[in-house]
Parts: sequence; C-alpha cells; structure tokens
Amino acid sequence: MRGWLTATLVAAHRLTATARGLTFSVPDWPGSDAGQHLDLRLTAPDGYQAVRSYSIASVGPGSEVELAVERLPDGEVSPFLVDELELGDGVELRGPLGGWFVWRPGDTRPVQLIAGGSGVVPFVAMMRSHARAGSAAPMRLLYSLRTPEGAYFRDELSQPGPHVTTTYHYTRAAPPGWSRAAGRLTAEDLERATLPPSDGPLTYICGPTGFVEAITAALTTLGHSPDTIRTERFGGT
Amino acid sequence: MKHLDGNVLAGPAADLFAFEATTALGRCGACGDVAALAQARVYGPPMGYVARCRSCDSVLLVIVEHEGRATLTMRGLRWVRVDA
Repeated sequence: MRGWLTATLVAAHRLTATARGLTFSVPDWPGSDAGQHLDLRLTAPDGYQAVRSYSIASVGPGSEVELAVERLPDGEVSPFLVDELELGDGVELRGPLGGWFVWRPGDTRPVQLIAGGSGVVPFVAMMRSHARAGSAAPMRLLYSLRTPEGAYFRDELSQPGPHVTTTYHYTRAAPPGWSRAAGRLTAEDLERATLPPSDGPLTYICGPTGFVEAITAALTTLGHSPDTIRTERFGGT
Repeated sequence: MKHLDGNVLAGPAADLFAFEATTALGRCGACGDVAALAQARVYGPPMGYVARCRSCDSVLLVIVEHEGRATLTMRGLRWVRVDA
C-alpha cells in the first residue's frame, strides 16, 4: 500500500502559452528515477475526485518534485493546474511510479530519446540524470513539436554536452531558414536524426498515442528490434 | 478510444502489490505471449484500467478504483513472474 502524499505548490513558472512548470514540496517524497511518473489527485469540495498521471521532470533525492503540465482544451484537471492552482495550495500525489520507462545512469548503452510535444518531460529527467552522473553513454534527443514557441526547457535541453545532443523537428511551423520544412516525422527523418540499429541503442518514445504508434512502426522498418524500444503513450492529441 | 501503455498501471498496482508490477513478466492466457506488464495496452483510465495483450488483444487484467477500494481481476494471465 503506497498511499497518497500531501504536496504543496512552492514554485511555478510559465513554460509556454499553454504549459506551466510546477514544483511541489512533498515532505515524505522518497526521490525518483529518471522517467518515472506520479498520479496526482484533486478533490472537489463535494468530494468528487479526479486522478491524472504526470511524468516527473525532476530526478534523484530531495523532497521537491517538478512537473510540466500542458493545458488540454477539454481537460478536467490540467486547466486547473495550469491556470488556477496558486502557491501554497495543496494536492495529493502517489509515487514515484513505474520501473519500465526508466533510464538509470549505470546503463552504458547508447540511448535514443524521441519526444512528441509534452512527451519531452521524462526525457528532461533523463538528461538531468545523465548530466549529474557524468555518464559517457551517448544520449540523443529528437524533440518533435508543432512550433518553436511550444518547446519546454529549450535552454536547458540545448546545452551541448560531450555525449548529449538535441535535435528539434517542427510539424506545423519551422523557424525561418530551418533546413527541413514543417511536417510530420518520416522514416527518412528518423534515419537522419536518430542512432542507427548498428549502434545497439535503447530507444524511448513518449508522446500522444498516434505519435508513439507511428514512430514505433517507422523504427521497426528501419531495423530496430521491438525489444529495444520502450514507449509511453499519453492518449490525447 | 486511444490506448495507453501498461506503465500507467504503476499507481493503482502500487496500492495492491508489494512489488513493482509494471516490470513483472506475465504470460497471456489466450495466446501465450510473454511481456512486461508495462508493455500491455491499457484502456479506460481514469474510470478503471483494462489491460489487454499487446499481441492478441485479450483482456489480461482489470483494476477498478472506487471510493477508496480497488477491485482486481487477472483472469487473462496464465502466470506472473516477479524479480525476487
């Protein structure tokens, strides 16, 4: 029985026009591995409860937990978290959760991360974990998003490291002079921007269900074994 | 309805099992496929969780949480193997 922990919002900042970074203080938080998620529960005055899962952007020990939440147009929980929750307000959390969609610094294999939109959040934790451990494992992030303005944590993710690279891909609007016209990721894009099967990478894909399905299928046609691909779908669009 | 991955079962399963359920291996009772629970296709949250086999789509297990109680059925799994 894991149970629910009380969490207090202690910091928040705007990430994009539709997303907010939220840091909670959770006295009994045991720390988390990169890629884990948590369940967040809200209780209305009439007792109605809503639970949603969110990936954790922070990593390691400590009693603070950082999330990045995208406001879904028809959402029940995310509009409240993005627009209304104030510093000092409380929510309930259950976690950290999951052991499959996790990267641990002891793993020396090359790592390919592929994010669709807000699916980048667990990869922020993996990049932080990689940097903190001084890992020599090659780690590549391919970040697909609609427009340049939609990027989360751009400054942090763009910091070059000896073993880390981030490649951006835009599906609706690309910056002026961008080498690739805006459009969905294709198998050719993946071949150009991701580690090849011959490098023996472990590949993590996180994004909307349709995105994860399409990328997984394309990687399989490029010769990646399904056993080397780990996925996290979050439904939605 | 769009499905999710078995990863999302980690929360409700944490309140039912003393082990990390999503990395446990399970064998589908219908087709015999062996996979981590995290690799199952999950439909239905937050009303409940229906996990289906990634290969044959048979129902492996169902978890429903309601008013502080969780109900679990796992009739579709032949066995579950947990890291000791």
